[in-house]
Amino acid sequence: MTSYAWLIPVLPAIAFPIIVFITRKVRFLSALVAIAAIAASFVMAVGVLQEVFLLGITMEHPVEYAVPWLQIPGLLKIEAGILIDPLTAVMLLVVTLVALLVEIYSVGYMHGDPGFSSFFSYLSLFSASMLGLVLANNYFMIFFFWELVGLCSYLLIGFYYHKPEAARAGLKAFVTNRVADFGFMLGFFFLFAMFGTFNFRELAEAIPGYQNTAFLALAAALVFIGPIGKSAQFPLHVWLPDAMEGPTPVSALIHAATMVAAGVYLLARAFVLFASLPDVMLLVAYVGGFTALFSATIAVAQRDIKRILAYSTMSQLGYMVMAMGVGSMTAGMFHLMTHAFFKALLFLGAGSVIHALEEQDIFRMGGLYKDMKVTTTTFVIAALALAGLPPLAGFWSKDEILAATFDHGFTGLYILGTLVAFLTAFYMFRLIFVAFFGKRRAGLHGHESPLTMTVPLLILAVLSVVSGFVGTPFTEHGFSTFVYYGEPHHVEPNYAVMLISVLVALAGIGLAWLFYGRPSDVPERIANRYRSLYNLLVNKYYIDEIYLWLFRRVVLGLSEAFNWHDRHVVDGIFDGVGDMTRISGRKLRLLQTGNLQTYALVIFTAVVIIALWMAAPVFGGVVQ
Amino acid sequence: MITLNHYLALGGLLFCIGLFGALAKKNAVAVLMGIELMLNAVNINLVAFNHFLEPARVTGQVFAIFVIVVAAAEVAVGLALVLNIYRRRLESNVDDLDWMKW
Repeated sequence: MTSYAWLIPVLPAIAFPIIVFITRKVRFLSALVAIAAIAASFVMAVGVLQEVFLLGITMEHPVEYAVPWLQIPGLLKIEAGILIDPLTAVMLLVVTLVALLVEIYSVGYMHGDPGFSSFFSYLSLFSASMLGLVLANNYFMIFFFWELVGLCSYLLIGFYYHKPEAARAGLKAFVTNRVADFGFMLGFFFLFAMFGTFNFRELAEAIPGYQNTAFLALAAALVFIGPIGKSAQFPLHVWLPDAMEGPTPVSALIHAATMVAAGVYLLARAFVLFASLPDVMLLVAYVGGFTALFSATIAVAQRDIKRILAYSTMSQLGYMVMAMGVGSMTAGMFHLMTHAFFKALLFLGAGSVIHALEEQDIFRMGGLYKDMKVTTTTFVIAALALAGLPPLAGFWSKDEILAATFDHGFTGLYILGTLVAFLTAFYMFRLIFVAFFGKRRAGLHGHESPLTMTVPLLILAVLSVVSGFVGTPFTEHGFSTFVYYGEPHHVEPNYAVMLISVLVALAGIGLAWLFYGRPSDVPERIANRYRSLYNLLVNKYYIDEIYLWLFRRVVLGLSEAFNWHDRHVVDGIFDGVGDMTRISGRKLRLLQTGNLQTYALVIFTAVVIIALWMAAPVFGGVVQ
Repeated sequence: MITLNHYLALGGLLFCIGLFGALAKKNAVAVLMGIELMLNAVNINLVAFNHFLEPARVTGQVFAIFVIVVAAAEVAVGLALVLNIYRRRLESNVDDLDWMKW
C-alpha cells in the first residue's frame, strides 16, 4: 500500500481538472467526482496507516520512494518523492477524513449556490495540495505544495468574489502568507547552501553534527517564519479572522485539517532542525504561548460566531506551536489531530446555524436548541472537547501539552496555558449560552439542516469524543510511542496538572453561565467599567490598524522616496547618458557632408599624409 | 633625349590634373573623365617603368592593359549610374547628390 501512497494526493488533484473541464455543468456529478476522489484517498490513507502498523514503520525507520525530478550533477538534485512515517500516516488520515466530511457537508451547505461545481473543484485541489505537502520528502516539494495550499486558500476565501470584503480577505490571506513563505524559502535555501540537499532524511543525518550553529539558527528562524504565517501565529495572524469571509465549509477545512495545520506539520517535519537549537526552540515556544493568550483574550469580546471560532483556532494553534517549542512534538501533533476533529465540528455546526438563520451575530441568535437538536448537541460536545473536559478528546491532548510544558520546566508558559484553558472554556460557553440557549431573539427561527450536513456533524462528534483515547497517559503503546522525536517515551499521568486543567475549564464554563446563562447585566457593567480594555479586545488590539498605519506611513512613504530616487537619480543618470549620446551625435553628424568629392579629397589627403609619413627618414623611410 | 624622369613627370602631371577634375568638377561626367585621367597617368608610369627598367619583359604593359579593361568596365558602370541619377533627378551636378547624408 505504501508504494501506492503517491496516489493519495493525485486522486483529488485529478478530480480538479475533471470537474473544471467535464462535469462543470452537471452539479451532481461534480460533487460526486470530488467526494469519490477524496473517499478513495481516505481508504488508501487507512491502508497506509494499517501498513505502517503491520510493517513496523517507525519514526526512525520511515519508508521513502523518490524519483529524481531536476538534476544538475554535482550542483543540484531535487527529488519528487514521498516519505511515509507514523507522522505522515496520522496526518494523511486526519486530512482525508476531515476533507471527506467537509465535502459531504458542502453538498447540503452549498446547495443552490451558482458556484457549486467550482467550489468542489477548489476543495479537491485544496485537499490534494495539503496531502502532497504531508507526503513530501524534501523541502522543495513541501514548499511547492505549501504555495499551492496558499493559492487554494486565496481562491476559497475569496469564493464570494462579488463581495468586496471577501475579495479583500482572500487577497489579505494570500499576501500575508507570501510574506511568511518568503522567510520559509530563504530558510530552506540556507539549509541547502549548508548541506547541499533538500531531503528530510539526509538533512536529519547531517544537521546534528553541524558546527556553525549561528548560521543554522538563522536558517531555523527563517523556516519558522513559514509556520508563523500559515498557522496564523502573532504577528502574521491577521489573515485568519478575515478568512471567515469564505464559505463556512472552507473555514472548517482551513481551520481543521489543511491550511493552518500545514505550519504545525512543518514544525514537526523539521523538528530535527529546531531540536538542536535551544534558542530557536525558546522563540517558538514563546511565540506559540503568546499567540494562545493573545487570541483567547480577543475571542472573549467578539460577537460574530465564526470570528470567535477563528480566534479560538489561533489560540489552539498557539498551543500546538508552544508544545513544539517546549520540545514535545508528540503533544503538538496529538493536539493537532484532536483539534482537527472538534474544530471542524464547531465550524460545520456554526455553518449549520448560519445556513438556517443567515445570521452570524450570536447576540441576535438565541434558543436555537429548540429547533436544531442535532446541531446543538454536536456543537456542545465539540465545545466541551475544546474546553478540555474529560473524557473528551481535547482534554487528553491539551493535558499532554500542559504536562509537557510543566515537565520541561516552563512554569511561566504552563501558567499561561492554564489561563488560556480558562479563557477557552469561558468564550466557548459564552457563545453556547448566548446563541443556543436562552430566549429566542429578533424573530429568527432556525430549522435543522439536511442529512448531508448533520451526518458529518454526528461522525465528527463521535471522533471528538473518542479520538483522544489513542493518546491518554493510561493507553499502552499510544500516540506517544507512535509519533515522536528522539526516543519513544510513555508520559506518566500528571494528576495535579489534570486536576487543575479540569478545574479551570469548569470555572470558565461556570463564569460563562453566571454572565450569560441567565438574564444578567454583569457583562454590560464590566464592559462599561473597563471601556478602554473592552474596546481594545473588540478591536483585536488594533493590530490591523497598526499594520494599516505602518503600511500607509512607512511603506508608502518609503515607496515615495524610492519613486523620487528612481525618477530623478537613476533615470537622471541613464537619461543623461542617452542625452549625451544624442547631442554628440547631432554635433558629429555635421562632419558628414554627403558629398562624394569631399570624401575623396579627404581620402586622398590622408593617403598623401600616410605616404609622406612612411617615407620620412625619422620613421625609417625610404628617403635618406 | 627623353628619359624615365620625363615620363614620370608627365604621369604625375596627368594624375594631378585628373585628381583636380575628380575632386573639383561639378558635372558627374567630368568627374568620371578625371578618374580616367588618373588611371591613364598610372598607365603611363607602368609602361615607362617597363620600357626603361625591364625592357626584356612586358609585365608593365600587361598591367596597363588590365587597367584599361577595368577602366572601361568602370566607365560603363559609372555612366550607367550617372544616367540613372540624371533620369530620376534631372540632375548631374554632384554637389546635389548628397543622399548619403542622413
